[in-house]
Amino acid sequence: MDTLTITRAELIKIRHDPIEMISRATQPLLWLLVFGQVLARTRAIPTGSLPYMDYLAPGVLAQSAQFSAIFYGLAVIWERDLGLVQKLLVTPASRGSLVLGKALAGGARALVQAVIVYIAAAAIGVGVRLDPLSIAQVAVVVILGSSLFATFSLVIACLVRSRERFMGIGQLLTMPLFFASSAVYPIELMPDWLRVVANLNPLTYMVDALRALMVNGAPSPRGVGVDVAVLAIVLVVLVALGAKLYPRLAQ
Amino acid sequence: MTTVAGRAPGPSGTVGAVIRDAPIVTNSLTRRYGSITAADSIDLEVGSGEIFGLLGPNGAGKTTTIKMLITLLPPTSGTARVAGADIVREPGLVRRRIGYVPQLVSADGSLTGRENLRLSARLYHIHAASREDAIEDELAFMGLADVADRMVRTYSGGMVRRLELAQAMLHRPVVLFLDEPTVGLDPTARAAVWERVRRLRDRDETTILLTTHYMDEADELCDRIGMMHAGRLAAIGTPTELKDNIGPGATLDDVFADVGGAGLEIGGTFRDVSRTRRTAKRLG
Repeated sequence: MDTLTITRAELIKIRHDPIEMISRATQPLLWLLVFGQVLARTRAIPTGSLPYMDYLAPGVLAQSAQFSAIFYGLAVIWERDLGLVQKLLVTPASRGSLVLGKALAGGARALVQAVIVYIAAAAIGVGVRLDPLSIAQVAVVVILGSSLFATFSLVIACLVRSRERFMGIGQLLTMPLFFASSAVYPIELMPDWLRVVANLNPLTYMVDALRALMVNGAPSPRGVGVDVAVLAIVLVVLVALGAKLYPRLAQ
Repeated sequence: MTTVAGRAPGPSGTVGAVIRDAPIVTNSLTRRYGSITAADSIDLEVGSGEIFGLLGPNGAGKTTTIKMLITLLPPTSGTARVAGADIVREPGLVRRRIGYVPQLVSADGSLTGRENLRLSARLYHIHAASREDAIEDELAFMGLADVADRMVRTYSGGMVRRLELAQAMLHRPVVLFLDEPTVGLDPTARAAVWERVRRLRDRDETTILLTTHYMDEADELCDRIGMMHAGRLAAIGTPTELKDNIGPGATLDDVFADVGGAGLEIGGTFRDVSRTRRTAKRLG
């Protein structure tokens, strides 16, 4: 209930200023149309019978959701430097619902990016599945994954509590999380140690689930059910941790 | 309100013996950060409908004290009851019964005034049926009805403060906490905020605890004042009582010099200073 109140307020803000979000949604287009199309020509990455662009499109969607969500922590520090966090913490709303409410808003933002990736992917001939069930499932995974990374970002923000330190750590985390995942190349190509990291990286689970749901002929190695369960469990743990740490911002 | 002054605990702070239903009762409330004691054995009682000011320079312990009372900061030792609930054991109950306006700007600039109020109304679980009416009432009371649908980032400093007061009062709290309510405002806007604070108290019998480092604000607005110095509550009384104790013609500055002694001008860390300036800049 309180969770939805927070999410709702965030969505109203997006409605007031849609330009910011739309401009952010252009980032995945660069990956897909520039990086992807050049790399596809080299035929350097073995993706089996799946064309490389079909392989890449779900990876780019997951990556753009992760990149936007990770800077959500910056917004939290900004709100703390104003007095917003302090005021929210003095309301009767539970800490968990405040954290989850913001995280879900991050998920909703990512849905707009999903729409843009879908359109661009279809335009360049990627075999995206357009049946309503697949699209609904993709939406669920996008919201789940974005909320997870938004909450992860919030946890870091609560620990470092300053914009400067957060910027440093944010940069340090986003790129490695991206490259140590199955977003742009199969895990099988990685050296052993990196494969271990990739298997611990939630982004891998998000990408594999999206790939299975978005395009034909790319079943998740563990099954979509397992991917979604892992994402959900990690999200619950992070929200619990975030609820514990969030009050530190006001002390 | 004059009777309330008589309830002040004596210098020994025998709070246990006084009336239990006072909206704010603290008992040796203490907060330490490492070796620094930011709030040192605060014994305080504030009566119903009273406007009580914690006065002191930056770094005297005002904000630390208020943060403990509103459950943002756990005390190192000591206890307090606010609006009839224990701040450590029943923080949820305390939060339901109080309102709080932080020193920093807490209204959301990327929402309209009305949307800010709706957010507060929902978070305080005001029923949907009465929500819009409550919001209209509060907008009218604070003189914001005409600008309700404008983005808050276009508001003046005084308008932002009045909106924040409205947000904090929607659920009719028993106690309202104001942290430096007029920092960074011009004289006209300050007077307007004082006026609303007084009318709030008169309207709802709300108990109001505010912090300020402005002597004139304490003198003008508060029924009683607690002077803080180096984490301690150095003197309590009505502005008149405090001044009369010093001698004829004394001002609150004189009272402060008396309780604070030398070193009065010092106080306030870099962080306090930068925060105050940031708030001033944003509201100004």
